[in-house]
Amino acid sequence: MSHLEVRNLSARLKRSGAPLLRDVSLSVEAGQAHGLVGESGAGKSMIGKAVLGILPRAVEITGGTIRLDGTDLLALPPAERRRRIGAGCALIPQDPLTALNPSRRIGGQITDRLVDILGWTPAAALARARALLDEVQIADPDRTLRAFPHELSGGQRQRALIAAAFAAEPKLIVADEPTTALDVTVQKQILRLIARMQAQHGTALLFVTHDLGVVSKVCTTLSVLYAGRVIEDTTVRAFFAGPHHPYAAALLAATPRCIAPDTSLLPVPEAVIAAVRAEVERGDG
Amino acid sequence: MAESLIVAEGLRLALPDLNAKPLFGPAPRIEILHGIDLTIARGAVLGIVGSSGSGKSTLGRVLLRLLEPQAGRLRFDGEDITHLPERALRPLRARMQMIFQDPMSSLNPRRRVGGIIAGPLGLHGRDAIPARVDRALDQVGLPRSFRDRYPHELSGGQRQRVGIARAIALEPDFILADEIVSGLDVSSQAQVLALLEGLVRDLGLTLAFISHDLSVVRRLCSHVIVMQRGAVVERAATAALFAAPEAGYTRELLAAIPLPDPDQPWT
Repeated sequence: MSHLEVRNLSARLKRSGAPLLRDVSLSVEAGQAHGLVGESGAGKSMIGKAVLGILPRAVEITGGTIRLDGTDLLALPPAERRRRIGAGCALIPQDPLTALNPSRRIGGQITDRLVDILGWTPAAALARARALLDEVQIADPDRTLRAFPHELSGGQRQRALIAAAFAAEPKLIVADEPTTALDVTVQKQILRLIARMQAQHGTALLFVTHDLGVVSKVCTTLSVLYAGRVIEDTTVRAFFAGPHHPYAAALLAATPRCIAPDTSLLPVPEAVIAAVRAEVERGDG
Repeated sequence: MAESLIVAEGLRLALPDLNAKPLFGPAPRIEILHGIDLTIARGAVLGIVGSSGSGKSTLGRVLLRLLEPQAGRLRFDGEDITHLPERALRPLRARMQMIFQDPMSSLNPRRRVGGIIAGPLGLHGRDAIPARVDRALDQVGLPRSFRDRYPHELSGGQRQRVGIARAIALEPDFILADEIVSGLDVSSQAQVLALLEGLVRDLGLTLAFISHDLSVVRRLCSHVIVMQRGAVVERAATAALFAAPEAGYTRELLAAIPLPDPDQPWT
């Protein structure tokens, strides 16, 4: 059974009624990583936020189900839903600096979830945090537990946040563009770390990114989104062997690949954009 | 050989390390650039590559003389500008422009696009400003009606086009582009690079293009320098660099790029 199963999820802006997610379905198995790919505004982060129950107030869900381990989160009363999500899901955010509280030490920020939601004693939680910092290969875990966020580099902060995400052994982790703020060499280390942790812990991973190169390294399955609709849902292997949808193919052609300089970084043709837009809107009727 | 627009010899720069500043007394200095030599020929596009903290943005700021180097020499179009005072630099400022990394924070949110592009034109006393603004918008492929939009009404790619329009409106000789596509998604990235490529060709711009992403540099640049810890570790023509990278650090940067291919090992 899938750890996460989203069926026919739709969402819109409350005020204008503009659709943000259109009939989105996807599933992620335990120990698997699923990529959500699309341009800015395609709705990929919105899916992650809907799953974690942190949609902006201006957005409402208009239909569909989000099942975590078989239970439909949307059918639960709010307090029970928050408890389930808090115990079962975690987020690795995009910007490691703004995601950490600048006035609190790293240790406390990793143990929050263990102490507040799972009721661990602070001492046990701190020991667990230290072990996790070891696992994410932070050189001096004891010093890092006492450090403030500004004392760490971008890569170290992201490692601390990964440790925090895995602390309570969640069933599902949503990683929302976790490496876009980092340079390529650090990005590589962090992606390998996430992939290794995810495989070792058997966590389901929903990986939001606009970079198909990253997806090909981390994920086993992926969905390509345009204007809130899934236009291609397939395995990574099948996708990179040849995407079906013309828009997905154009997105792949726009991705930098330095072995073939003349055939990459091609802008998505306007005709392809017009066609996919018409297709997405036709589906609304 | 083409005429050199920018020649730097042995540029050194140290800045105060405010993290280590004692409560009283001056902060200790840390040297950020350790003697950089480079030449940019007129009409060439030089890629400056390195990871965070390698000094590439600082080098860019020295090339524009936003920072004054402590040692070395910097010549712009034959003129020594290494220690030129600000007043004497001002006429040269119109000939060197910059495009910034984050198009949101580098565009004034309270001004319309037309006013943003007109700003530097007014400062440098150009005539026929509205016509120049329209031409700049045409050149970056934005409709002229965008004059009346505010930056928050535009997408990331469109904002970056406004940043480019502001830089080219003055018809400068030299433009420094500092990580201008790293905040954009891949399809806007491709569009902005294609635009820049066309402008370099059509307007004969000389460009220094700072990036941490070698695959982007490959598309645009004729030559590349690779920086690590404030020094140049490799310099080569772009094709040669990709065919046979010499420095271990260059190979490391190349190997870190996630190619869109699940079969390509990533070690």
